[in-house]
Amino acid sequence: MTALAFLIPIALLLGGAGLAAFLWALKSGQYEDPEGAAERILLDDDLEEDDD
Amino acid sequence: MTTATTFDDGAGCPSGLEPPADGTVIDPAPFVKTEDGTAKLELAVFGAKCAGCIQKIEGGLNALPGVENARLNLSTGRLSISWRNGAFAPKRITETITSLGYRAAPFDPEKAEAESDAEGRKLLRSLAVAGFAMANIMLLSVAVWAGGGEMGEGTRGLMHWVSALIAIPAALYAGRPFFSSAYGALKNRRANMDVPISLAVFLALGISIFEFFKGGEHAYFDAAVMLLFFLLIGRYLDHRLRLRARAAARDLLALQATTANRMNADGTLEAVAARDIAPGDMLLLSPGDRAPVDGVIEQGTSDTDVSLVTGESAPARKTIGDSIHAGVLNLTTQLTMRAEKTADASLIADLTRLIEAGEQSKSRYVRLADRAASLYVPIVHTLALATFLGWYFLMDAGLRVSVLNAVAVLIITCPCALGLAAPAVQVVATGRLFRSGVLVKSGDALERLAEVDAVVFDKTGTLTHGKPHLSNRTEIADGILQEAASLARISRHPLSRAIVVEAGAGRPCSDAIEHPGLGVEGDIDGVRARLGRAEWVGATTANEAMGTEVWYKRGDGAPVQFAFEDTLRDDASHVMQALADRGLKTEMLSGDRKGAAARIADALGLDTWRSELSPQDKIARLDELGEKGVKVAMVGDGLNDAPSLARAHASLSPGSAADASQAAADFVYQGEGLSPIVEAVDVSRKARRRVLENFAFAAAYNACAVPLAALGHVTPLIAALAMSGSSMIVTLNALRLAGRKKENTPA
Repeated sequence: MTALAFLIPIALLLGGAGLAAFLWALKSGQYEDPEGAAERILLDDDLEEDDD
Repeated sequence: MTTATTFDDGAGCPSGLEPPADGTVIDPAPFVKTEDGTAKLELAVFGAKCAGCIQKIEGGLNALPGVENARLNLSTGRLSISWRNGAFAPKRITETITSLGYRAAPFDPEKAEAESDAEGRKLLRSLAVAGFAMANIMLLSVAVWAGGGEMGEGTRGLMHWVSALIAIPAALYAGRPFFSSAYGALKNRRANMDVPISLAVFLALGISIFEFFKGGEHAYFDAAVMLLFFLLIGRYLDHRLRLRARAAARDLLALQATTANRMNADGTLEAVAARDIAPGDMLLLSPGDRAPVDGVIEQGTSDTDVSLVTGESAPARKTIGDSIHAGVLNLTTQLTMRAEKTADASLIADLTRLIEAGEQSKSRYVRLADRAASLYVPIVHTLALATFLGWYFLMDAGLRVSVLNAVAVLIITCPCALGLAAPAVQVVATGRLFRSGVLVKSGDALERLAEVDAVVFDKTGTLTHGKPHLSNRTEIADGILQEAASLARISRHPLSRAIVVEAGAGRPCSDAIEHPGLGVEGDIDGVRARLGRAEWVGATTANEAMGTEVWYKRGDGAPVQFAFEDTLRDDASHVMQALADRGLKTEMLSGDRKGAAARIADALGLDTWRSELSPQDKIARLDELGEKGVKVAMVGDGLNDAPSLARAHASLSPGSAADASQAAADFVYQGEGLSPIVEAVDVSRKARRRVLENFAFAAAYNACAVPLAALGHVTPLIAALAMSGSSMIVTLNALRLAGRKKENTPA
């Protein structure tokens, strides 16, 4: 049963990390424009223009 | 889906998802905010649909000198742009967007302020915390339940201790939306659904802490957070629906924040917001501008489109001394008008007030879920109290057992399923309608449309296309049509547009000029040609006054007649039949002349129809029907329909409708046909059936669970299973709405 002593904190820590990541994403505005984000990945204006 | 991947230089959305807008350029100067030499502007952009649109718009704006940042939010259609103040006139921005084929309107800064979705973010944060807590406590609780006899008391204590440590802060944090709403309701001496929810959460936590210290076997920590988790899902879905409705309304409000060009006494032109126009101001109306206020024409003669105001389809010629109402669109030549009223006192504002009055009457509608809650709350509390009294006095069970059983009743009956029953169905239903091009503005709109017994239609622009259509195409040679079209392409007049639509793409005549109120003149292959009124072209005609024909003549050739008609939408009679099949009466209320209305009613076989109605007359007719107990759905597009759209039990308007009408309607449907109306009725009725099924299920579930709980047979394990099971069944039942589209709608 001593395994519980570190397994439970590990479980909580991992879950907590997930929660923190979500709250951070929410706060940094990543859910403000879901459609735009999905479409912007198709833009390649960060690449150098080729003249071909 | 489209397969076009090349970004061409054409106007509008490069993927063809949205046709290009034909632009009226609004000068956004009054809405620019300046700070430390940086000018900022928020615009609503309409018509952007894909990555190509983002690239075109942001690229086009970043190419302007001095632009620091331009970013388009595709989800909300908001464009934020900042630039070095004074680098260029703000009008350049809207001109750029318009020339790219999109429509742009400035936000009224005050209206834009209250924009950020703080409420939604709070719900999401609460949902995340509740989800985290639920998953981790469940991990521990399952161990306790499964451990059963084998688990030592010390280990069980540890599990409960960790659970308590997670559950108490998490529940207090995640439950805030419910606690504050319950407190607000209690303060007003009312009870809403949040009262039993808050009570159950607090009692479950309290009793669990008590049991934990007593070293008892049962703790309800998992139940408390699971309850919150499921309810927050329902709450968030409901919030998303409302938000989308508000966003639609807000976009339309933004469009009303129009600006006008005011001519000052010293002859300079200044862009002003419509609300700053004072009576006596001289305003310049270019072709494509809408009159911002009521006034009188001081200079110029032009054709105007009054269809949004009166519903009349033929363009009206206005000249010096004629009055012009707010909302009238100037078509052909520049006009100077003198404002007679402020924007607040203009016709458009009168209509706005009528709309508000109608919406107030609508807000009295009580949603199904609230009706269920008002029955449910007292019953549940009585049952819990009865359980407590029964155990304490009749069974002599002692305070602890009595309270434990009463709390079990509260937890097990807590309206998880009820909280999800309506929002889950409505989210699925609105999603399905959205995919078929119908925007639903609120969840209760679905409920109201499902109750309707009759559908009342406007004529112009609703049953008909609202645009003149060339009716004698077969009598005109192809060459003549192309020649006329090359002249017509330079004009905004609706009849010219109709010719262009018929002729298709082509080049405009390079040196053509438009003579206001007469027509267009230009050189075709070196020969002078005219397209316009009969006597100006040199023809004789019997029905000049109708405004439904133009003539074309090139050099000494014979004049050719182009006749026009406002045609019925292709599926109109099919839709009338489909509505009748569903037991709905149909009726037409038109503001147009009797003859035009009679022709359409005849073609559709409508028995009940009225013509030459004012907006007030239409409302009166709706009220008359309402007094007979008939619940009416109104379908209309004109500004003159907006008040009746707001007044009717439910309302629909096409995507081509006046902004105010779209704002007033519950449903906005896209496309050229009327069949989305039938689809909306079908889905609403199905959604209502699903919601009622869900309520029936929740009631049946409670009928089984309450006796168990009252008799003391409910353990935390049973409570957890019952709660998640019932929520799942309700959600799955809602999802049944989504899948069956193909069987139901014949192509």
